[in-house]
Formats: sequence, C-alpha cells, structure tokens
Amino acid sequence: MAVRSPRSGLSRREAVSLISLAALSPQCSRTAAGRRITGSLVGPSMARGHAMRDGRLPPFPATLKEERVDCVIVGGGIAGLSAAWALDRAGVSDFIVLELEAESGGTSTSQTSPMKAPWGAHYVPVPDEANEPLLAILEEAGAVKARANGRTEFAEDVLCRDPQERIFVHDRWYEGVYPLAGSTEEDRSQFDRFHGEMRTMATRRDTRGRVSFAIPRRRSSTDPELQALDQLSMKAWMERAGYTSPRLFWWVEYGCRDDFGADLNHTSAWAGLHYFVSRFRPQDDSSAEFLTWPEGNGRLVDVMARRAAGRVRNRSMVTEIHPGKQDVLVKGFDAHDQPFAIRARTAICALPRPFVARVVRAEEATLKHAAEFTYGSWMVANLLLSKRPADRGFPLAWDNVIYGSPSLGYVVSTHQTGVDQGATTFTYYRAFVGDTDPRETRSEMLRRTWDQWADEILHDLRRAHPDIEDCVERIDVMRWGHAMVRPRPGFMWSDALAEASKPIGRLHFAHTDLSGLALFEEAQDWGIRAAEAGMRDLGHVFRPWWKPSERA
Amino acid sequence: MASCGLGYELVASTVASYVLGDTVTQFSTVIGAYLSAMGLGSYLSKYIDRGLARRFVETELAVALVGGLSAVVLMATFGQAERWFRPMLYGIVLITGCLVGLEIPLALRLLKESVGFKDLVAEVLTFDYLGSLAASILFPMFALPHLGLVRASLLFGIANALIGLWSTWIFAEQIGRVGLLRARGVFVLLVLLAAFAYGERLTTLSEEAMYPHPVVLARTTPYQRIVLTRTPPGGFELFLNGHLQFASSDEYRYHEALVHPAFGLNPQAKSILVLGGGDGLAVREILKHPAVKRVLLVDIDPEMTRLARENPEIVALNHGSLNSPLVEVRNEDAFAFIRQSREMFDIAIVDFPDPHNFAIGKLYSTHFFKALKARLDPELGAASVQTTSPLNARHSFWCINQTLEAAGFSVRPMHALVPSFGEWGYSLASSVARPEPTEVPPGLRYLDLATLHALFAFGPDLARVPVETNRLNNQVLVRYYQEELAAWP
Repeated sequence: MAVRSPRSGLSRREAVSLISLAALSPQCSRTAAGRRITGSLVGPSMARGHAMRDGRLPPFPATLKEERVDCVIVGGGIAGLSAAWALDRAGVSDFIVLELEAESGGTSTSQTSPMKAPWGAHYVPVPDEANEPLLAILEEAGAVKARANGRTEFAEDVLCRDPQERIFVHDRWYEGVYPLAGSTEEDRSQFDRFHGEMRTMATRRDTRGRVSFAIPRRRSSTDPELQALDQLSMKAWMERAGYTSPRLFWWVEYGCRDDFGADLNHTSAWAGLHYFVSRFRPQDDSSAEFLTWPEGNGRLVDVMARRAAGRVRNRSMVTEIHPGKQDVLVKGFDAHDQPFAIRARTAICALPRPFVARVVRAEEATLKHAAEFTYGSWMVANLLLSKRPADRGFPLAWDNVIYGSPSLGYVVSTHQTGVDQGATTFTYYRAFVGDTDPRETRSEMLRRTWDQWADEILHDLRRAHPDIEDCVERIDVMRWGHAMVRPRPGFMWSDALAEASKPIGRLHFAHTDLSGLALFEEAQDWGIRAAEAGMRDLGHVFRPWWKPSERA
Repeated sequence: MASCGLGYELVASTVASYVLGDTVTQFSTVIGAYLSAMGLGSYLSKYIDRGLARRFVETELAVALVGGLSAVVLMATFGQAERWFRPMLYGIVLITGCLVGLEIPLALRLLKESVGFKDLVAEVLTFDYLGSLAASILFPMFALPHLGLVRASLLFGIANALIGLWSTWIFAEQIGRVGLLRARGVFVLLVLLAAFAYGERLTTLSEEAMYPHPVVLARTTPYQRIVLTRTPPGGFELFLNGHLQFASSDEYRYHEALVHPAFGLNPQAKSILVLGGGDGLAVREILKHPAVKRVLLVDIDPEMTRLARENPEIVALNHGSLNSPLVEVRNEDAFAFIRQSREMFDIAIVDFPDPHNFAIGKLYSTHFFKALKARLDPELGAASVQTTSPLNARHSFWCINQTLEAAGFSVRPMHALVPSFGEWGYSLASSVARPEPTEVPPGLRYLDLATLHALFAFGPDLARVPVETNRLNNQVLVRYYQEELAAWP
C-alpha cells in the first residue's frame, strides 16, 4: 500500500483517495552500473489511523441504521482471525470481522506477486502436543501428516528444510546462527553453560506441575521467583549469571531482536528466558524445529480467512466501540467511507492497545494503562532476485544472518519449494532496537525515501554478496510502525498487562499485546479465549472447539 | 612501476582468499611477505655494481613475467596440486617482492647522475606512493570486475614490460648494446599479450590440470560446468562440476545395471520416466525394450540435453537416443516436476549426481521418493536409483536404500563393478514386494542371467550399516556423503 506522511487537515475524501492509491503503489527506481532496480514503499494505511488519532474525522450523522449480528470482531490480525476461526469451528456463523487494511492478517500478511513471500511473521516453532489449537490449525493448513498416540508427524515440506541457518562471519558463511568461527575456548564454554542452563530450566516443573516458560505464556508457572526475573533486563540477568562472552551476548540479543524487536537492555529477563526455554526440547537437547511456508505465516492467515469467508469486511475503520451489559455498539466508516453502526450481542476487540484506548468508550481501568505498552518498529523488505548471488562457504540456507549487521539478515522464500536455482525472493528484516523514543523512530521511518532504504539494504548485503546488485531486480519496503509490543523489564508481570485483558461488559479483548510477546501462538490463544467468552455471552453450547465442527 | 608492484600483491592476496578463504589472514600474510621481500631486494641491490641500467631493465622484465603470469600459475597449481598452492603462492610473492625491492634503489642510482639527491628522492618516492594509490583503486574498481583475475594480473605485467622496453630508450646510452635486451623485452611483452588475448583459454588450461586427459569441450551453464575430455584410444569422459559422470570405456556396465533390472520386474512397461540422465545413455538402454511407447526425460540443464542430441561423439555413444520420436525431453527441476506432475509411469530411472550438496540431497529424501512413488503404477511400478558406492560411501548407500523403504518402496539393493567409478550401487525399488528379476534382453555387453543375479549379492564388506533416514529437514545423506567423500581413496 502506498503511504504518505499524513498532511494536516486531511479530509475524508482525501483519506480515501490515499487508500485507493494503494493499488497503484508509486514505483521508484535506481540505476547503478547500468542495472535498473525498481520497487516501492509499502506499509499499513497510516493515513486513516492518523486521521482518527488527530481527531480529523467527520462526525456521525444523528441517525444511523444499526445492523445486528451475534458477534462483531474488531481487527483482522491473527487474534481477530483466530477468534473468527474458533467461532466458525464451534458452529457460530453470525459474526463479522472488521479490518482496517485491504488485506487481513496484520503483521503476518504476505505478498503473492511477483513471488510468494512474507511481509512479517514467517514461521512457528513445532508446538508441543498440549497446544491443541495450534495443532488444529496446522492440520487445516495441511502441515500435519499423521497424529497417533499423542504424537504428531508433520508434513516434510512444511518442516523447515535443511540447510536451515547460516551465519556470515570472517568473510565466509558457516552453518548455524551462533558465530563459532573465530570464537575462543571461553566463548564456547560459556555457550555450553548457557545451553545447559536452558536445558535445566526446560525440565523444571513447579509444585503445580507447570513448566517455567510455556507457549502460550498463560500456561507458564507463576512462581514468585520466576516472576521476579521480570525486574531485570536480559542483559542484567546474563551479567549476574557471570556471562562475559561478547559472542554469547550477540547471539542472545539476536534472538531478542528477532522475536521481540528489542535489544538486551529493553528485554525483560523473563521474556528473554521465555524465548530460549519455551522452545527447548529436552528430549532432543535442542530447540524445536520450525514450520514454515514460502509466504510465511500468510499461509495460516489464508486458512483462517477462508473459514471466515464472506464475513470479513476489509477497509473498515472502527472509530467507536460502546460496550454494554447486553450488547456492544460498534461504529465506523466502511470501505466506501460511509458511516456504519453494528449492534452485536457480544464483541471482540482484537486491536493493538494504542487503538483500544482511542476507540473504546468506557471509563474502566482496563483502558488507563495504554502508555505502558511500548512498540518497536520494523522494516521488512522483499527483494526479488533474478538469480542467486555468489557466496563462499556454507550454501544458501532458509535463514541467513550477517554477524555484526544491524539487520536480522534474510529468509529465502523459495527455500521450502525446493527450487535451488534461478529467481527467488529474499525477505530482509530489520528491527529498530535500542531507541529511547520509538515515536522518533517511526517518524524517521516515514521520512526516509525508497532510495535511502535501498542503499541501506544493498550496502548491508554487499558485505556477504559482492554481486548482490547484479541479482536484485526489485525492492519493496514495508514499514511497520507498531510492529510488536516490547517485553520490556517490569512489564511482563505488571498490573497494566493484567488489567488490559479484563472484559468490559460484553466486550472481550484479544491481542498479542496482552501477552507482551508478539507470537502467533499468543495471538491465537487470546483470540480463542475471547471467542469462548463470546460464546458464553451468546449462550452457545459448544464442544471443545478444536474437535471437527458439526458444520461441514 | 609501483602500481604494478601493489597490483601483484593484490592479485596474490585475492587468489589466496578465493582459494583458502579467510580474507584478512590472506591479505595480511601476503602483504607482510611481500614487503619483507622488498626489503631483501633493496638490500641485495648493493651487490649490483656494474651495468645498472641493464640490470634495471632485466629486473623490470622479470617482474613483468613472474607477476603477470602469477594468477594463471596459482590457479593451475591449485587445480593440479593443491598442497603445493601455499609454497607456490609465497614463492611468487617473495620473488616479485624481491624484484620490485631491487627496482627502486636501482632507479635512484641510475637517476642520481641527472637529478639532485633532494629532488630525486622526493620525485621517485612520490611517484612510487601515488602509483600505489592508482593500483589500489584500479584493481577492485576496474581490473577485477571487468577483466577477471587472470587478465588483471596480465595487465599489470604488460604495463611492467612496457616500462622495461621504454627504459631501453631512456637509458640507451648507459646500456650500450641495446638490441638483444630490447628483443627480450619485446618477447616478454608478446608472451603477456598473447596470454591476455587467450585469457579464456588459459582458464580452461589451468582447469585442464584438474583433469587426467585433454579437455575438448567445456561449457559453463547456470547449473554446472560441463567438461568433456579425450581419453586414449578414441574414448572420452564427461565431467559435471569436476565429478566424473561417465567414461565411454565402461559406461555400458553402469547403464545396463541401472536400467535392465527394473524392466525385469516389469517387462511390459510402456511409459518410462527418466530423472537426470541428460546424457541419453540410460535412454539408449531403455529403448532396447520393444514394449516402450514413451520416455519422458526430465533434466534441469538444457545445455546438457542439447549436447546429448547434437554433439557427434555423445550421439555416437547414446545412439541418438534423445532424438528418438518416443522420447520427450523436459528441462525442468526434477524436484518441482515430481511435486507437480500428475502423469503415471510404469518405470522410473533415477540418475542424479551423488549427494554432494543440499540441492542434490533433497532429491534423495523421503519427501521426494514418496512423490516419485505416487507417479508409479501401484502394482507393477518399479524404480531404479543410482545410489553411489556401497564400498566407499557405505553409509550414504544404505541411507538412500533406507529412505526409499521409508517412502513405502520395497527395495532390493544392487551393485556392479564400473572400473572408472569403482564398486557402484543402485536401489531397485518396487511399489509392492516382488521376487528378484530373472530376465534381461539379449545381446547386452555386461548383463546376462549370471551377472544379473550377481548384482544382488552383497558380501560382508558391503553389508548394511545402521543409518538415519534422509528427510528434507535433516538431510543426513549430504553429511554422510561429505564425510565419506573426504575419506574416499
């Protein structure tokens, strides 16, 4: 989608015309050494959101015909779509999903042309057998081959294909993400110690039999000793534990940047340890494998969108949610910029916190803590390559990391297709971490031109691929202003977080923000719980929703 | 002069880091060795008393020759005798360094007659250092990307030779009898110019050192490097990426054992799928079965199948099999093909390269074999898969067999002696369990009923070893193979 910096006094008509520009996407191009690289800037339609933020929306007409449904879901990201998916599976069909963007899926959206590739979230770790909901959607997505005796066998082409990861360090690619090349004895012994410590934590159970760190996090132990970890940053925890190896710090921070968009200082030790411990599989003495698709989690978005077909209204901007004891009134502007009002017997608000505070009209404490939620920004670029760049050492993998780079490296979209030559797409990720003022980062992101982004990306990749410019045909740059909530120290077990998930009347909340961890599993967990709460409001008797629904 | 000196340093460092990796180490050790050799050269200059101008020109020409050809020599050394690469590298660096080190003192002494000492030192060193700047910019920006390494080093050599020649005019008086020296200069220049003009051929020549016989054809395609070499008497060998694909002398053993046992399981097979095998030799064997109505050959490289259809020598060997009206050639990625195809076949002949890398390893995965099985007749379907050497790569061999079993095939391992490959292995896979085949077409050179039976006999040294199954998400086969290849005699 095309994005312009919002001008002041934008009229509704202008706001709409900006959105329709989206399809046209202004083409940028550059020519270097006789080769032309084209591309565009893409991003969520901030214009409408900002118009609402700045109070530049027209008033509603005095009388507005109210549409009536059983359930309205505001927000069509993973949490909202998961709620719709659970409702549909449980046999509740009278619902509507209202989504601001032309495409549903939030930060899990993907592109389909020129090649399938993710615009954000691109994998889920293999879940443990207790995560029934995730296994159920994976089954719908064709990722499960067989389930027997409490063991799930995943489809071979969805499990991340070997070679999975490599790192560029000292002028050469090596297998894995930990930079072993050039490491000292001390580096390696600290790495082993860290690994051992994660294994110990992964096997520990509390008095109620709960693991220390679980996915979804709701199932984690609530031991005060573990909660106290939230008072430390991950960096402070590592220092307290006596770790000094710069490579270990780099590696742990890479994980935090990758999953949380935050550096070690801005990551709660509880969240940092959650990242490593929750996906550790003691039986294999290693991390869980990955499930991934060429379009990333866009595949799961498709599965849910298919279930919700006909009931998702894209380009709908909700501006007011009035929760009540018997029903919930939702008002906004539709794709044609006409005002609408929907009265639902129950409602799910699956919006990020900054928007919740703006649209929900209530006095509850739930809404008081919006400022406690902070967000990191991401830039994700899809680079269309006509051929594979030259490189030395370990061959092109799924995830390709450049040691010491500000970026997180790139993921190869064709990896799962098994095509190892010719055209491909690199999805290049950069999380803006360590900023003290995320708002400044966001406006800087909006100011930067396509040329500046292209320069930065090519400069970074040139280190590992001197001929990158001979391969790249196109660079499309996505700017995610509020990409993910930051699990900063003190936030993970805060009152703000605990308050935020409390329903108001018949309005239930769902979003990864409520976990403080921007993971697919968290979004799905909240979406399903909100759907279950909604079904109770409706008096709908449902079987455990993950069993095959009675509707065909 | 100085720019050329630095140029050789850069050439040597670049070759070293291409070949040995670890750029920082290569550049610093080469530069260190080079500078110290220059010191040695400067020191040695005091032993030259007479014929200064002549020595200067000779030094210049020697630098031109050694430095100019350094890249070719280093590449060829790497191709032919890898363990001599480092001695050769530092030898060349020391010689050029030493010669360049000689030059400056000689030039200073030559010029001291005509210029005052103060200006002399200033000017010579100024040009020396500025020249280095020119080289350091020219090399990465222009020479390397546009000329390639071999020609870049030759270009520096040509510049040196020209300076040497030019000096024979400048110092004509001091030199005295200039004729012979000038002739040597012209000779050096011609050698370098010729090498420059045939730069492409030189790359082949240095490559030729990698092959035991003369290279008669070499093609670089987006997928591989195809090289054909002539073997006496009147035979030839085909290499893909440096790995032998077949030798005309004994390929019949390989291909007869690959193709005919599968037909023994399904003599009336009509529709045959060949994966890989772009040389057309397996198809030649397939066409010996009169029931065959259709052969679909899927090979990724159009250049390979074009050669198999047009190159007279290959056509003579494969009997023009790929030009048969029964044969359709599709240049497609076999992995993508097998996932998408809906066509059914009676027999599949799978002749991929050995699993050197992950891109090939995926073609031996459970995922691939399951997709292959889905394309075969559920009753009579059979597949024959080349499975590398059961003797030299025993884990790889059994890993492929086990992976076929995991994909649902009933598998009979086979092996045959192919002298140019060694003891070679195959898997005869069938949709359902079948008795051992007992018939072969008449008139084969290697297989008859006795040798057919012998294919299935495995002695203790080839016996099954416990291995893991090769899946897309572990690719253990590539790891087995790489380990076994390293120990291959």
